[in-house]
Amino acid sequence: MSVRQYELVYILPPDSTEQQVAEVHDLIAANVTRLDGQIERTEPWGRRKLAYEIGPLKEGFYVLEVINGSGELMKELDRRLKVLDQVIRHLVVRSDEEKKVVDRTRTKRQTNSERRRVKRGLPPTRQPGEGRSMEPDDMDDDRFDVGEV
Amino acid sequence: MPFGQGRSGGGGGGRGRGGDKKAGDKEKGQRRPMFRRRKVCKFCADKIDDINYKDVKLLGPFVPERGKILPRRISGTCAMHQRKLQTAIKRARQLALIPYVTD
Repeated sequence: MSVRQYELVYILPPDSTEQQVAEVHDLIAANVTRLDGQIERTEPWGRRKLAYEIGPLKEGFYVLEVINGSGELMKELDRRLKVLDQVIRHLVVRSDEEKKVVDRTRTKRQTNSERRRVKRGLPPTRQPGEGRSMEPDDMDDDRFDVGEV
Repeated sequence: MPFGQGRSGGGGGGRGRGGDKKAGDKEKGQRRPMFRRRKVCKFCADKIDDINYKDVKLLGPFVPERGKILPRRISGTCAMHQRKLQTAIKRARQLALIPYVTD
């Protein structure tokens, strides 16, 4: 059983008390430890507006949990959250694979640029005051001519 | 490529495209009378590797008022990043961070 990293985001009703939030978190934590996983970190985003109404609700309390564990664990969590009435929405996403890809492209770009710079006889990293500085005139957002959609 | 005419197959495909086409060819002949800024992929240009569903600020410009995903031909996003953008937007929609539709 391989250990993978998952992200779990769930939404609770905006009027839920701190205790209720803690309850859901504890339930998840209990399940995670039972199926020998581990919660890496918990990030409560707090209340924010929903982009669309879910039933009568217009706001929600968002919580993000980063969990290291097996696929079976997430399956079980997903099933439990589906049943749980207090959780109005949740999403499980596997994140380790994407993270790996991102890291790889980033390091690749860096080594490439360093190699090219060395070939041009420059120090491998960018010196202060070198090259074009960021012009503020390119920051305007008329990149799209939105017409026909 | 100015128009999506590549796969216009089956000429009679409704939508009254016939007249349109001719006008398009003419425009092409004149080498773009209207100035248009060259489109670049925002993610390639800004070197954004990670298109994340949690980053609503990043995804926002690619979801116009109507709530549809902005097509590549308008935003100029490259194929790879459009694909990543698509999954990110769809995930964000599930979490009510971005609307499915708005009228």
